Amino acid sequence: MAGFGLNLKERVLSRLVTPEIDALMSKIPKPVGSFGYDPWGYNEDIAKVGVACVRWLYEKYFRVVAHGLENIPARGRVLIVPNHSGQLPMDGVMIGYALATNPHGPRAARAMIERFFPTVPWLGNLLNAFGGVIGDPVNCVKMLESEEAILVFPEGVRGSGKLYKDRYKLQRFGNGFMHLAMSQKVPIIPVGVVGAEETMPSIYDIKPLAKLLGIPYAPIAPLLPLPARIHLNFGEPMHFKGGVGTSEEEVTAKVEEVKDAIRALIEKGLQERTKIF
Amino acid sequence: MADKKAMIGAKRTVLVTGAAGALAQRVIARLATTHHVIAVDFRRKVETDANIPSYKVELEKRGFEDVFRNHKVDAVIHIGRIFPHERDRVHRYNSNVLGSKRLLELCRKYYVRQVLIHSTYFVYGASPYNPALLDEDAPLKASEVTQDLVDSVELESLANIYLWKHPELNITILRPCNVLGPGVKNSMSLLLSRKLAPVLVGFSPMMQFLHVDDMADALVTAFEQNKPGIYNVAPEDWVAYQKAVEECGCRKLPIPSIPPALPRTISRLLNWNAFFPTYLCNYFKYPVILDGRLFRETFSWKPRRNLNDIFSYYRHAKAGAEAAAVE
Repeated sequence: MAGFGLNLKERVLSRLVTPEIDALMSKIPKPVGSFGYDPWGYNEDIAKVGVACVRWLYEKYFRVVAHGLENIPARGRVLIVPNHSGQLPMDGVMIGYALATNPHGPRAARAMIERFFPTVPWLGNLLNAFGGVIGDPVNCVKMLESEEAILVFPEGVRGSGKLYKDRYKLQRFGNGFMHLAMSQKVPIIPVGVVGAEETMPSIYDIKPLAKLLGIPYAPIAPLLPLPARIHLNFGEPMHFKGGVGTSEEEVTAKVEEVKDAIRALIEKGLQERTKIF
Repeated sequence: MADKKAMIGAKRTVLVTGAAGALAQRVIARLATTHHVIAVDFRRKVETDANIPSYKVELEKRGFEDVFRNHKVDAVIHIGRIFPHERDRVHRYNSNVLGSKRLLELCRKYYVRQVLIHSTYFVYGASPYNPALLDEDAPLKASEVTQDLVDSVELESLANIYLWKHPELNITILRPCNVLGPGVKNSMSLLLSRKLAPVLVGFSPMMQFLHVDDMADALVTAFEQNKPGIYNVAPEDWVAYQKAVEECGCRKLPIPSIPPALPRTISRLLNWNAFFPTYLCNYFKYPVILDGRLFRETFSWKPRRNLNDIFSYYRHAKAGAEAAAVE
């Protein structure tokens, strides 16, 4: 029975993880230990299964169109900074897939996730295995030192949890990513995501319920993401200089430059989109 | 003969605590030819080679000073620690904290010029908010997790005070990750030696493991090079706890993880104090991953045994026991 179970598991996995995905993922410049793990819990084999599972969502369900993938460096440290929307982090998942299957050089996107995820059984470990880590500055610095590609949503839950009436309006950005970009000398790739807003339009946030459940927001929204078409536009790398003498005001001004770039990329996506669904 | 005496005279005298333990015994074996070694342990008088004096002493008791009176101790390697499953909290505090303070005082009094302290990664505390690759300057949050680790944290802060207040003691503190291997009787080693290993449902934190021979080498290297400071000792390799359990040939015993009090209650009721103690439940849930770069680079050291070497010992030990049972 156990043998049959193992066999079935292997058969399902071999159907999911095609040689094409396997070949692509093996090109990812990602150092791992002897059991395929990295210090944050990323696991090669589980990440492959993750990419294989997301493939259908990316190609068939959300029918993602990605432009500007050539702007992502094939190697070396980089910060990927998109707008955030859609209640569930589907935008992050789609960007992660686009990076992992980038024909110009696949990368493992290290998404900065909410701090409550590690306390959720299975999900916490699974997100780690796919490359997610809690958004701690120590994690960011250590990852950039080992030349990783970090995916950060500076709007955080302010962006993902916003109501449908506020769609495509950038919320306040945290400045942390800019401090990192300056201190670690990392290029920023701005990304405009269009379509994720329509996957889960929320008309109201039941704040007392969210508080009761200990989750960031409790939206009145479709139970499952709607099949809206998603457009990803990756911008050209932006470089920022600064140091100890850079005031917070100056940092905020630099963050505004990134926001302007993202706004332009969102506008481009909205222009190229002909149908929402 | 005179030459031999002169040579022996040049040898330094090293006092090693916790001499009954697997790690200390390996350290003693490595130092025995180049140093005068004195072995002490609170548990029993350790059987040693004829030329190694051995004492059963409790660090916090008066008799301990006689060791310093009778021998000109040049250096101390402090490995001995009472584990929670060995004595109650008061005893442990007295020995691990007050005893260590007494040891450091004696080191001052008798002009000891080097002290190496074996600490633990537990001091960082297992928390869902831990970043990975903790540096030596990360806050020590263990006492926030459980009162049973207060003694480990206090011992470190004591050692830290002596480190800056008495630079002549040349204190080096090593914080190793899980140390495993033949003869090792810490909680993790006892756990992985079992056929059935408890795992918390839905949680498999990343862990690091060092072979006890590599840890002994690390201690001896740090001792020989004498570069005072605080260092994490960990390899550049990581594995999820449940994977380690599988690789050690254990079967998993799933324990409900929510609410958090439940696994602690189960551990207490079933008296799993030796291998899955209540105070370590969080360490089977959340990761404490060390950045061991500072130690590796400062001492040009790296472990020689990989994870598979470590796990295969537990796997083979189980296979051997099963074969013997069949016969």
